[in-house]
Amino acid sequence: MDCNTGAFPNLFVTGLILGMLYALIALGYTMVYGVLKLINFAHDAIFMIGAASIFYLFGVWFGLNEPTGGVVLVSLIAVGFLVSGLASGGSAVLLERLAYRPLRRRGAARLSFLIAAVGASFFITYLFQQDFLLGTSEHNFPGFMATESALTIIGAQVNNRRVLAVLTAVALFLILDFFVNKTRSGRSIRAVAQDIDAARLMGVNVDRVVALTFFVGGFFGGIAGFLYGMVFSKVAWNLGFFPGIKAFTAAVLGGIGNVRGALLGGVTLGLVENLSTLCIGAEWKNPIAFSVLVLVLIFRPTGILGEGLSAR
Amino acid sequence: MAATPLLELKGVKVRYGVIEAVKGIDMKVNEGEVVTLIGGNGAGKTTTLRAISMIHAPAEGQVLFQGEDITGVPSHEVVGRGIVQVPEGRHIFPSMSVYENLEMGAFIRDKGDRKGLGEEVERVYELFPVLKERRKQAGGTLSGGEQQMLAIGRALMAKPKLLMLDEPSMGLAPQVVETVFDVIAQVNSEGIPVLLIEQNAQMALGAAKRGYVIETGEIVLEDRAEKLLGNDEVRKAYLGEE
Repeated sequence: MDCNTGAFPNLFVTGLILGMLYALIALGYTMVYGVLKLINFAHDAIFMIGAASIFYLFGVWFGLNEPTGGVVLVSLIAVGFLVSGLASGGSAVLLERLAYRPLRRRGAARLSFLIAAVGASFFITYLFQQDFLLGTSEHNFPGFMATESALTIIGAQVNNRRVLAVLTAVALFLILDFFVNKTRSGRSIRAVAQDIDAARLMGVNVDRVVALTFFVGGFFGGIAGFLYGMVFSKVAWNLGFFPGIKAFTAAVLGGIGNVRGALLGGVTLGLVENLSTLCIGAEWKNPIAFSVLVLVLIFRPTGILGEGLSAR
Repeated sequence: MAATPLLELKGVKVRYGVIEAVKGIDMKVNEGEVVTLIGGNGAGKTTTLRAISMIHAPAEGQVLFQGEDITGVPSHEVVGRGIVQVPEGRHIFPSMSVYENLEMGAFIRDKGDRKGLGEEVERVYELFPVLKERRKQAGGTLSGGEQQMLAIGRALMAKPKLLMLDEPSMGLAPQVVETVFDVIAQVNSEGIPVLLIEQNAQMALGAAKRGYVIETGEIVLEDRAEKLLGNDEVRKAYLGEE
């Protein structure tokens, strides 16, 4: 087998960055699973909405396609985080209200939730494929942030968009860790995840906690959508397909329901799929990523760190 | 003259699908009392408590608390009104520390008053010193007896107006059962009314002022606790006498 070892630095750095984005998306799957034992397969569409919201706001409505800098750029990024987070977080809460809560009220079987989730994913994705929304073609991401080389790590050039993506992901993980472990709302999420009846008996409003969980997962997924769209300079109706299913893989790999597992699983998957192309063709990247999923499910179904939002 | 009972059940029926688990019961708890509801497995004891907590609301009938109809209000509001339940099987949050479990107990009134919370925690530690030793340990790693103490301590953190305990003695060693019942007596002596559900009728009737006997979803007897202790049927059915 021929291995192109010279490509290692680039692939390593790319894997790390992509892995952080997978991890950020994986949070949405893992938190909802932790609380409801439900795989929210519509999270890929929620992620896409984050990117789409920025495409509309900055690209279509304000036409911010020229590079900006300084305070303007920083403000645009901040507004971008807020808008993409709120768009996706809001959509996730709406989805829970319309699709999942009625099923919960009826005490529906797990399979019903799964079918509803897959259906919701298709519904939102194909809604955005319609001509009055994104349509079938791919769009450029608004170019308000120029791509320029920012720094060099182990000989690999890393552009500023990627640096932003990684720094944001790290910051968001720290914020989430604090939120889940140190705040009253975070405690209520952990309580519901560990024992839903006991949480009710402590006076926790379970519906509110579920909505909050969808919102937080959606919020982070939306920011991930914004960053992903910017790093790959594209927005499309099917933007969520591969990142979504890979983030799901990452969540399972790290231990679904486990916040730190999402980070570990995301980075591991990003590195594995990128470094695998050192020795075999890049066209094998996706099959390898999904082989990882199959192998985990066979040999360690609870993931590297085990299940449970509870785990600290 | 009869004051308004603290808690009153009027014709409460609870259904699981087509099965009627509780078939129209009337019950009362007055201020300051320890009242026990005894009965065998599957008689409807836990179902009755879950109905009062509105975890599984009654299909028919009314639950009144401090004279107000609380039938069908969301369960977190029931807790907000001061009805706090220590559930069967304890339901400790397994991955939270003992301290965090106690904090969760005060969830409804935890609005950032950390100092007030600290005083309550100290009080629980006084009642159950072992919890103080274990305060950083995960709830799931405690022994059954310690978990029961934590479950009661956690409920006290909510400052209940009515404390409901579901089978607190289940699966515990005799001396731990003693500790638990001592604490129930102490809590009650401080003015907190208790509704106690037990299969251990001897202990329960010893601790209570009044008792109800439930069989297949219906109240078959109600009396002062010492009279129930002397009742032949009760002695035969629940105290293991021939």
